[in-house]
Amino acid sequence: MFSEYSKIIKDGLWRNNQAFVALLGLCPLLAVSNTVVNSLGLGLATTATLVCSSTIVSLIRTIVPSEVRLPVFVLVIACVVTMIELAMNAWFYGLYKILGIFIPLIVTNCTIIGRAEAFASKQSTDKAFLDGLFMGLGFTFALVLLGSMREIIGSGTLLAKAELMFGPAAQSWQINVIDDYSGMLLAILPPGAFIGLGFLIALKNVLDSKVKQRKPAIEQIPVQVVPEQ
Amino acid sequence: MNETVKKTVTAAKILGLFSLLGLGLVALTFNQTKEKISQNERDALLKSLRAVVSSSLYNNDIANDKIQVTGLNPGAARETTIYRARDNGEPVAAVITALAPDGYNGNISLLVGILADGTLSGVRVVSHKETPGLGDSIETDRSNWILSFDGKSLAGLTDKQWAVKRDGGVFDQFTGATITPRAVVKSVKNALLYFQQHKVEIFSNTEPAEE
Ligand SMILES: Cc1cc2nc3c(=O)[nH]c(=O)nc-3n(C[C@H](O)[C@H](O)[C@H](O)COP(=O)(O)O)c2cc1C
Repeated sequence: MFSEYSKIIKDGLWRNNQAFVALLGLCPLLAVSNTVVNSLGLGLATTATLVCSSTIVSLIRTIVPSEVRLPVFVLVIACVVTMIELAMNAWFYGLYKILGIFIPLIVTNCTIIGRAEAFASKQSTDKAFLDGLFMGLGFTFALVLLGSMREIIGSGTLLAKAELMFGPAAQSWQINVIDDYSGMLLAILPPGAFIGLGFLIALKNVLDSKVKQRKPAIEQIPVQVVPEQ
Repeated sequence: MNETVKKTVTAAKILGLFSLLGLGLVALTFNQTKEKISQNERDALLKSLRAVVSSSLYNNDIANDKIQVTGLNPGAARETTIYRARDNGEPVAAVITALAPDGYNGNISLLVGILADGTLSGVRVVSHKETPGLGDSIETDRSNWILSFDGKSLAGLTDKQWAVKRDGGVFDQFTGATITPRAVVKSVKNALLYFQQHKVEIFSNTEPAEE
């Protein structure tokens, strides 16, 4: 039982990371990942959407006939995103203004319908919830990593405009990583996102193959998971 | 009725049910957030209006004392809004929502605050799509460039001086980016010209006549 949950967590954060492995949700990933704060904002909004949509989809999975399941899932996702959009407009107005069109566009992030169809519609609600949460956090992690990279290289700062998310107290959080830096346009523009993502995926693959080399014996023993019922 | 029809009807019913449920939830959220959202928008508008005309100069409800005019922003699909600041009913300043159509990446939308005597009290960029690191120095977050308009007027400078330095004017351009500041300077100058020509109509309560 426990191992199943930890598998869901590891899959979401690393092994099946939606951005690095599944390469889903790239449009928002590339478009808003030019600063840490933007990345975190969109990542958390996406996570909230995933948690809600996966949980709801799992809850209704037995009532919905399979012929109309996709329209119903899309409906659920669209409603969740609209509510999140309204809530952000009300309580995170500055961030909402910056993320703009990418909040309603969360609807089109394939990760969300993908997890609903591939996982939540077949699993118990607690697992669907966990899967939504960690797939979302994994996506946020990828976004924030790419965002920090692009912000440091592109503008020489970190956490600029944190007050948009964390309130006026965060105004002083900005770290000038490189002083008197004139910026590097390439990192801020969309090509910088593609190049950065490429490097991050390469890095992940190198790390994975290192880990594999180090413990081949463990990996090779087939593990029989007997489902508890 | 055969099996397929029955199944289809059930599916349709469930889909309909979920549509209604979703609609209800969204409507509820909309209702809960409506007030806060319009409050946010109002606050943001007031904040930017205060940035171009100091709030100590007027005592009217500037955000609602506005007129719509046509013929100011060439090429703009919509009418231009002008906000009017008054102190005990006396005209103090006008804030023109100008649009510079010829930025590097399209429209740059501006607030141009003009005192009753034709001097600029302040200019701010509301939104733009200029290139980060090149054209975005027009934002106050990036540089003080936009403050160089403060106190300028049509009377104070010759026609030729109302341009960026590269074109023989008095306004700085940015290194490697002349198009953006050129567009902003031109748009501010347009707003000033419009103000000079239509001052009486702008402050009267009737809508100014079309060009
Ligand atoms: C990718 C890219 C983006 C640019 N973005 C801007 C911009 O936002 N604003 C601008 O004025 N010039 C921008 N430029 C530069 C203009 O093409 C033009 O070279 C410059 O404005 C002319 O300035 P100069 O006469 O001082 O060289 C950009 C150039 C490139 C290659």
